[in-house]
Amino acid sequence: MNIEDLHNLQNDPYNYALRLKKEGGKKVVGYFCSYTPEELIFAAGATPFRIFGTRSTINLADAHLQSYCCSPVRIALEEALSGKTTVLDGIVFPHTCDSIQRLSDIWRLNVPLPFHIDVVLPVKLNSESAREYMIDVLHKFMKELEKNLEVKITEEALRHAIALYNKIRESIKTISDMRLINPSLLKGSDFYSIVKSSMIMDRNDLAQILSHIIQDLGAKKETPDVTFRKRLVLTGAMCNHPDFYQIVEDGGGVVVWDDLCTGSRYFEGQLDSTGDPVISIAERYLHRIECPAKHSGLSTRAENLLDIVQNKNADGVVFLIHKFCDPHSFDYPYLKKHLDNERIPNTLIEMEDQASIGERLKTRFEAFLEMI
Amino acid sequence: MAEKDPEKEKRKIKAVARMKEIMTTYYIEAKMAEGTGKKVAWITSGGPVEPLIVMDVIPIYPENHGAMIGASKMGADLCEKAEIMGFSRDLCSYARSDIACAPINAGPIGGLPKPDMLICCNNICGTVLKWYEIQARHFNAPLFILDTPFCHTEFSKEAKKYVLKQLYEYIAFLERNCGKPFDYDKMKEVGRLSVEGQRLWRAVLDTAAHKPSPLSAFDAFFHLAMIVTLRGTQVVVDYYAALLNEMNERITAGIGAIPNERYRLLWDNLPIWYRTKWLSEKFASYDACLVADTYTSAWCGVLKYIDENDFLNTIAEAYSRIYLNIGIDQMADEILSIVDRYDVNGIVMHSNRSCKPYSLGQYDIQKIIREKRGIPSLIIEADMVDERSFTESQIETRIDAFMEVMRGT
Ligand code: SF4
Ligand code: SF4
Repeated sequence: MNIEDLHNLQNDPYNYALRLKKEGGKKVVGYFCSYTPEELIFAAGATPFRIFGTRSTINLADAHLQSYCCSPVRIALEEALSGKTTVLDGIVFPHTCDSIQRLSDIWRLNVPLPFHIDVVLPVKLNSESAREYMIDVLHKFMKELEKNLEVKITEEALRHAIALYNKIRESIKTISDMRLINPSLLKGSDFYSIVKSSMIMDRNDLAQILSHIIQDLGAKKETPDVTFRKRLVLTGAMCNHPDFYQIVEDGGGVVVWDDLCTGSRYFEGQLDSTGDPVISIAERYLHRIECPAKHSGLSTRAENLLDIVQNKNADGVVFLIHKFCDPHSFDYPYLKKHLDNERIPNTLIEMEDQASIGERLKTRFEAFLEMI
Repeated sequence: MAEKDPEKEKRKIKAVARMKEIMTTYYIEAKMAEGTGKKVAWITSGGPVEPLIVMDVIPIYPENHGAMIGASKMGADLCEKAEIMGFSRDLCSYARSDIACAPINAGPIGGLPKPDMLICCNNICGTVLKWYEIQARHFNAPLFILDTPFCHTEFSKEAKKYVLKQLYEYIAFLERNCGKPFDYDKMKEVGRLSVEGQRLWRAVLDTAAHKPSPLSAFDAFFHLAMIVTLRGTQVVVDYYAALLNEMNERITAGIGAIPNERYRLLWDNLPIWYRTKWLSEKFASYDACLVADTYTSAWCGVLKYIDENDFLNTIAEAYSRIYLNIGIDQMADEILSIVDRYDVNGIVMHSNRSCKPYSLGQYDIQKIIREKRGIPSLIIEADMVDERSFTESQIETRIDAFMEVMRGT
């Protein structure tokens, strides 16, 4: 598999899942959000498969969700109602925002799959009782997986999963670092395609592919790109628009880092491979920078964003927020204020998954790039 | 027209005056708290207010502030102010309008009294978490989050243990911020009063089972504030006891909330605060009375989980299983039981742009009710506070069409 294949994978992930089941005899378990403890699904012998929308129009989901629900949720339901997700052996909903919460209910009542598990994680992450509850919930989830997949999750399998996930996350981080030094090595759209594929592919295959990519990139003898590029940081939920990176690069910019759940929030944070495996998984969630649907402090996200800008020597920040997204929209003014106070240029792009980045936004964004 | 006045007078609920008096005194006391050394805590509508009463802290309930803003038609203006502050128009208008008031002391009562602490229980939504974070930053006041795991299909034993632990963390938080120990004996008394208040509120709402119903959901919206804010005090018990008496007297005298009750409807979701009068008159013109709703009964729907002799230990479950913290199939079950209890023959659902946990899933609930009881329902899309999201002509047409269907059934 090469990068081109990874892009293709994004266009039809369900076909890939089908092949995985047929050829590899593997079970495939769908999930939402980077708060799904993938390691446990993997240790149960199944492939965790994150649901990303591939649809461009909504029809069937309109009978279940109002127009003021965000596009990722509406598209996910559309995929399911149109039969795309029948390939899945089960689905896992971690608790995050109000919209995903209700999507889980609607899905459970309308999309028949062999199993449906809600992982009701704590919302608060910074207290002793929340830590305990997080660990309890992971154990509960493990039992539910065992029951539904009819397997026993052994300690050995857990340790193996942790080692593999550490390797995968480390590899993605290495690729990201290589790009930071020499942005011309890998396009932004390629990099984010790698991250997203990591949430879909057979994880053993993935680990190998990532090693190959690192080797290939290392072998490229191109002299580092010295052209001046405006260094941008993205922050928000996720970015499902490959053309967005193209616009950035055409405009003379480069994405140097992000605070996205399809980016650094996914691959940052190693698991402790020596201690109790379940506690290690819990600790990563408790200490990783939180998504705005969770709480670990009143200023953690702003501090993290400022740190990123400083450490990555960024010139500006782009907020990528889905229309109708409550958690991110509530955090925007406070994050913006912190950036403004430090005179860090920033702009907001409100997007919808099914629409392409509109001309108006494109023009506005180009103007922003010129300005910084 | 002349003879219409006594007719209207007869239908007016007398307790309203007393309610206004109590709420005014309460807000005045709260606004003057700074001078008296009493502490003020902001708390979400679904949060356990009882420990605050034990600690002699004045509870302030910003969602009620939102409702007042909506009812006094200041919503659109304040929501716009929030948009200038950078808050998207698609966010909850209670949050938006309250956030806009804080820095400039705007709104119907010139801003809420400043909080010494904030208590956020997320059993109603994720919005309150963000809203309270914002206000905690603004007022630089300590925030306690009571995290009540969502009950899609169950309230797990893991969740029960977690919530219970947090109740004691909550008490420790109060002790720290009030600088005095928690009085567990007083808690027993407050717990008893809370349960009594909830029982009386339930009894008041239940009088609507009578035909004609002595009160409508619009009345219930008005009388709700006290059970939310002052639950656990004698005032509430006395007030609802008097209100219950008045309702029973109306039943004896045959006085209904509307003149000729022919249709009995159920209201789902929050009220449209700036249009309650218009809506109630509109429905009354069709002889339709909104006899029940899912919103006001949320404050007594979980009584079954509370043991008044073991209040603290049993409210963990009660506070976690309230109406908005359960799966939509359980919500549909609740609605079905209300339909049966009050003999409802039609449903009006407010698809409320502000409130995603309440509104997303309504279409499925509507379908379940149609399948199980075969009763018609109407969905009107609006917003509880932001008048800009209310299109009168369109809503009127939909109500007219719906009432035609009702007449035909
Ligand atoms: S875009 Fe926002 S509202 Fe939608 S699912 Fe993601 S976090 Fe939730
Ligand atoms: S209206 Fe809905 S979203 Fe707003 S505070 Fe109330 S429950 Fe939360």
